[in-house]
Amino acid sequence: MNRTKQKNLLDLVTYLLLIAGGVLMLGPFLWMVATSFKLPADQFTHTLIPNPATLENFRNLFSFDLNFPKLFLNSTIISLLTVIGQMLTCAMAAFCFAVVKFRGRGLLFTLLLVTLMIPEQVTLIPNFIIFKWLHLVGTSVPLWLPAFWGGAFGTFLLRQYFLTIPRELVDAARVDGASLWQIFWRIYLPLGKPALAALAIFTFQGAWNDLLHPLVYMPTVPNTTLTVGLAFFQTQLTLGGRFTVLMAGALLSILPLVVVFFFAQKQFIEGIALSGLKR
Amino acid sequence: MKADVQAIGSAQKTTKKRQGHSAQNRFNTKWGLIFLSPWIFGFFVFTLIPIIATLVFSFTNYSPVTPESTVFVGLKNYSDMIADKNVANSFMVTIKYAILALPLSLVFGLLLATIVNSKYLMGKNFFRTIYYMPAMIPVIAAGIIMAGIMNTNTGFINMGLESVGIPGPDWLNSTFWIYPALVLIGLWGLGNLMVTLLAGMQGVAKELYESAEIDGANGYQQYLYITLPLISPVIFYNLTMMIIGAFKYFDLAYVLKNGTGGPAGATNFYNLYLYKNAFQYNLMGFGSAMAWVLFIIVLALTIILFTTSGRWVFYSGGKQ
Repeated sequence: MNRTKQKNLLDLVTYLLLIAGGVLMLGPFLWMVATSFKLPADQFTHTLIPNPATLENFRNLFSFDLNFPKLFLNSTIISLLTVIGQMLTCAMAAFCFAVVKFRGRGLLFTLLLVTLMIPEQVTLIPNFIIFKWLHLVGTSVPLWLPAFWGGAFGTFLLRQYFLTIPRELVDAARVDGASLWQIFWRIYLPLGKPALAALAIFTFQGAWNDLLHPLVYMPTVPNTTLTVGLAFFQTQLTLGGRFTVLMAGALLSILPLVVVFFFAQKQFIEGIALSGLKR
Repeated sequence: MKADVQAIGSAQKTTKKRQGHSAQNRFNTKWGLIFLSPWIFGFFVFTLIPIIATLVFSFTNYSPVTPESTVFVGLKNYSDMIADKNVANSFMVTIKYAILALPLSLVFGLLLATIVNSKYLMGKNFFRTIYYMPAMIPVIAAGIIMAGIMNTNTGFINMGLESVGIPGPDWLNSTFWIYPALVLIGLWGLGNLMVTLLAGMQGVAKELYESAEIDGANGYQQYLYITLPLISPVIFYNLTMMIIGAFKYFDLAYVLKNGTGGPAGATNFYNLYLYKNAFQYNLMGFGSAMAWVLFIIVLALTIILFTTSGRWVFYSGGKQ
């Protein structure tokens, strides 16, 4: 009897702590949303319900010289192209590592996994010089083009999933005269949908949130991404007292990710479970 | 290996079949390389050659502004690194942050993953979503929001502290309080760690818990003797990545203090200082030297962690 009482008390404490922690997690979001609807004069009032509420901050995002729509568009295009490039080339490499056996494949796979551990800083300067030589610095090309030559994380994730697809399907298709490309395109890509969805989400999130690479390749506002733009306008706007506008920008920068996450939460969790890692 | 044995076996039977095998091998090699061609191209042109190029640059005074006056300067960049007080400081900053953040993240991450993994917990998905949300947004956005929350005069944290009579610290402008501030913001984004640990916990076979239950092990014992050992590879992987992550720490330091490294160099993380040298001061030779030192540190850490992992990481099915 005493034991169950103790256990109930422990449960209660756990729930209270979880809820308190949850409030701490959500609090900053609520504050951001509230501030983004406040008048600039009310920016530091400690209320969570804006009174009066206004859409002025969002309008200002579009009228200011920060050219928010352009930043948003740049981030969207770069992220989508990155997703397309990674899905295609990582799937190709993963198909090879899962299905096509040949001498030296094991060595190449080890090499691929080793690249997971290479810090990007050690390749960044020569890559910058290459893109500068190609006159592509200042454009979005250096940000999405590298996605088209695969990557260790995506390849590993997709390979783990492809290995679970029964091999008999390949043999049967071979008997029917299908080429390896057809097997890849018609069998593995459609069956690999859950893993591809997970990769798409990770990749989108990674490209959308990236700061270092846009800072290197597209450093000048307004022809840059949302992250660089927000970092730049943080100094501008807080100095000028337009904190409310900054919060409106932050809110809009988060929105696409929140939407993607809520629609694809299941694939997201499965993807992590699949590879056992998260970038 | 197995394929080789089969190939030899069939060669003894008929030579014709053997030809079929090697034709198959050639076919597979050709197609395998076609499927791998994007990655192989990228690996050579944008990974392997650049790594070597960075090493070469690190022995020069290369600057993209005056490329024509590039000369080899030997080990000068490396000796400059040793002489540069800011480099030493950036090391200290990075290590200080790692020592503070790592244990806290690991403890809270494990605790959180354990709770949201519990089969008795109501509203599991709700809690998982809430705790994951801050980890999903751009670090830039998180930094901007938290800078507002931690504002010395107007932020919610100091308002809360002052309401119970504690004078709030100057979180982002004090060389001491900036570290707790960074750790707190890091803990806000704990969701990533929670989700990977959670995935590890869910990978543990249910039968193990069932048989442990029959043997009379209580929940605490099950956690200590089944869950923790079985997810130790996941913990180990995350630990490795977090240590390496400290040396790649950039976004938050950049956005909170506008890349200045302030207050008084307290956020001048190694990676931030590297970026500034290479891309703001155009000292790409020096930046390359810093990048190679970073590379060697990451390599050394990875090797140390992987060679010692056998002692403290449990792999099911024996050692791997």
